[in-house]
Amino acid sequence: MNNRLVVVGGGLAGLMSCLKAVEAGWQVDVLALGPCKRSHSACAQGGINAALDTRGEGDSPWEHFDDTIYGGDFLANQTPVKGMCEAAPKIIYLFDRLGMQFNRTPEGLIDLRQLGGVKHHRVAFSGSTTGQQLLYALDEQVRRWEDQGKVRRFEGWEFLSALLDDDGCCRGITAQHLASGEIRAFPAGAVIIATGGPGIIFGKTTNSTINTGYAAGTLYRQGVTYANGEFIQIHPTAIPGADKNRLMSESVRGEGGRVWTYKDGKPWYFLEEWYPAYGNLVPRDVATRAIFKVCVDMGLGVDGQNMVYLDLTHMDPQEFERRLGGIIDIYHQFVGEDPRKVPMKIFPAVHYSMGGLWVDFDQMTNIPGLFAAGECEYQYHGANRLGGNGMLSAIYGGMVAGPKAVAYIQGTGKTGDNLPQGLAEGEIKRQQEFQAELLKRDGRENVYQLHREMGQWMNDNVTVVRYNDRLLKTEEKLQELAERYQRISIHDISPIGNQTLAFARQFGAMLDLARAITRGAYLRNESRGAHYKPDFPERDDANWLKTTLARYTPAGPEISYEPVELSYIKPRKRQYETDKGVSKVG
Amino acid sequence: MANQVLLKIRRQAGPSELPYWEEFAVPHQPNLNVVAALMEIQLNPVNAQGQRTSPVVWDCSCLEEVCGACSMRINGKARQACSALVDQLTQPIVLEPLSKFPVVRDLMVDRQILFEHLKRVKAWIEVDGYYDMGPGPRIQPKTQEWAYMFSRCMSCGCCTESCPQVNSRTSFMGPAAMAQAYLFNSHPLGASLVEERLAAVMGEGGIAECGKAQNCVRACPKGIPLTDALAEISRDTIKQALRVWRRS
Ligand SMILES: Cc1cc2nc3c(=O)[nH]c(=O)nc-3n(C[C@H](O)[C@H](O)[C@H](O)COP(=O)(O)OP(=O)(O)OC[C@H]3O[C@@H](n4cnc5c(N)ncnc54)[C@H](O)[C@@H]3O)c2cc1C
Repeated sequence: MNNRLVVVGGGLAGLMSCLKAVEAGWQVDVLALGPCKRSHSACAQGGINAALDTRGEGDSPWEHFDDTIYGGDFLANQTPVKGMCEAAPKIIYLFDRLGMQFNRTPEGLIDLRQLGGVKHHRVAFSGSTTGQQLLYALDEQVRRWEDQGKVRRFEGWEFLSALLDDDGCCRGITAQHLASGEIRAFPAGAVIIATGGPGIIFGKTTNSTINTGYAAGTLYRQGVTYANGEFIQIHPTAIPGADKNRLMSESVRGEGGRVWTYKDGKPWYFLEEWYPAYGNLVPRDVATRAIFKVCVDMGLGVDGQNMVYLDLTHMDPQEFERRLGGIIDIYHQFVGEDPRKVPMKIFPAVHYSMGGLWVDFDQMTNIPGLFAAGECEYQYHGANRLGGNGMLSAIYGGMVAGPKAVAYIQGTGKTGDNLPQGLAEGEIKRQQEFQAELLKRDGRENVYQLHREMGQWMNDNVTVVRYNDRLLKTEEKLQELAERYQRISIHDISPIGNQTLAFARQFGAMLDLARAITRGAYLRNESRGAHYKPDFPERDDANWLKTTLARYTPAGPEISYEPVELSYIKPRKRQYETDKGVSKVG
Repeated sequence: MANQVLLKIRRQAGPSELPYWEEFAVPHQPNLNVVAALMEIQLNPVNAQGQRTSPVVWDCSCLEEVCGACSMRINGKARQACSALVDQLTQPIVLEPLSKFPVVRDLMVDRQILFEHLKRVKAWIEVDGYYDMGPGPRIQPKTQEWAYMFSRCMSCGCCTESCPQVNSRTSFMGPAAMAQAYLFNSHPLGASLVEERLAAVMGEGGIAECGKAQNCVRACPKGIPLTDALAEISRDTIKQALRVWRRS
């Protein structure tokens, strides 16, 4: 029997699922757009949550669970979130054994810091490059198995499409070698998609340039349900830039950073004033709306611009060098000012997608044999993600998906070597023809320009504050862009490293996802977590405590809903002016 | 023109094609970096002579100097393009692919060999399994801080590019692989493979090829104390050689 599994994605989710499948005795092909070490997970700064309670604060996995559900405004299914929070301490210990360089206490224990929406020190970290360190730990282990022939890496290969048999089951994928242009099939009994978030749909964001969401978008077109797409996290503190908005980690506030602007000539610490219980450490959606209000509604941004101060100058320089060194360098390097001496200037930016491919509790999508883990799926964060839970959900999702995919193949007997005749060949041909057609387009439009326009529209209308008339206009704009997309010209006919061709392909999928996101936002007439409509300012559980499900149709997304699973914690009002308390165990 | 940025780029259509130079002028913006300048070419693929051309091909991902993708030679120096601010560079800004790796196209090179070297020096810890077995060893903050310096290596290739000993006449694996061998040998749980790592470091392309030019430590964008690692691992190989000699 061919016991080979395909994992698409070399970030935390993909590599973790790969290791768990190898541990179960399977062989894995891992595909990624570039070397796994260059995956977007490397960007994560702040840290990873686990209720280790080494500060003796009485923290527990239950507290973590309650914070996550409350922080997500009760939109997440509770059973998987509970599983994740319970697994978190074990995950940290596993990485500790992999040689991950966590910061330490004087006694040699793993040090913890605090992030937003939480009253406990719960975040394990490694300087301010925690994601990089977690990713490298997994990458090293995968290299170990590569050395022994258990894993084959296909770095620099882009997933193009899923191979679906007549029963509608996934039997592998097609992918393209970006350097040579070669397209081939990777047959397998099951596939795990771990391709990360779709941030680049919004143009300039805190995301890596490779986060186009192409894989998720293409699978959506192939029939995978896209869930809760309208829930997009806008991080309160980023450095606006010409090419990207660089993140200024929440750990800056976690370590004592204060947010302020001038009012009546004096510093005004508006978060501390408005949210006395959590102060600067309110969750992201709350901080973002507050900064937005101060700058856009009240016109009190620094120098009249859309910016406020994030201030560390009162802190002991040595201490924050040790705990925040890397990000301080980022600011210094890209802005040219020293945050030890002058407060940083920041503004909110698109950061993370809570929504994604729909999966069941086994991480399987609605297409049998097609699994998903990491930021590309929707399962763990509800309407708003807490800092430090993103990487945890990617790792945990990967841990679940690997063994579940193996069990699935064992159960069905469908493997990579008994594919229906012609399935792979037909799909390869379809992809080749599509690319030939893209290359032939010779209109006047430039796909990078179209992308800029899309990013601008999405950013202006489908982020912090949403109005229905503007959402409708955005839908029209997206349709206009789709038409103009037919009239692009690639300016490059070479098969070798043709990045414009690849981007043109990605752009089509981005347009599809943008429409699913916008439609979901338009229909949801309430405010919940990151989704905020001034015309419907309250959460409305009677009508909207439900998961959005988008299905692709050529005429546009078709939306339906399913109930949220609420087995453990009863929904209560979410507010951060006062301490949230904690629901009773069980 | 003051409101334009001039770029002179060494281009190459494919691995076996001849290189050529092409010049571009892109609009200036505050805090513009080299990646952002290259993105401007994508938006308007026209060269400085006003002719249509294909957009320049290069690697990038995070744009905050943590992924290692966008290494290239900028005005002769290997560094990350995302953190190369245009206002701090003399113009025309000369962009070339790294010279010690095969060119794929334009500024994109194939650095796969860096990862092969990590395999040769067994840059990993041999754990028993990926399930819960309790915490790892306690580690003092000072020890962690030192190790963290080395664990930040993003395999960008700048040290390899700068090393005179990496050339067509030697097989030197380069400073980064040596430093990773040192890192894993220093970890309490990495100890089980110390002898194998040292064997690789003493073997072909190993530490004996280091010419102590110290270019690497100056080239590293992350300021990793590579020469310290080279010196330490060199000393360890001598100890290892003595041990093997005594045993025989
Ligand atoms: C700046 C920043 C800071 C963050 N900080 C934190 C933090 O402190 N704590 C936290 O918990 N979370 C943080 N997050 C969120 C978290 O980092 C991500 O959600 C998480 O790392 C995603 O992991 P992943 O494995 O799902 O995807 P990724 O790491 O994005 O990996 C995706 C992989 O898929 C590959 N891929 C994509 N498309 C294709 C395709 N078509 N074909 C082949 N391969 C493909 C890519 O090459 C890559 O290897 C941060 C995010 C950002 C943007």
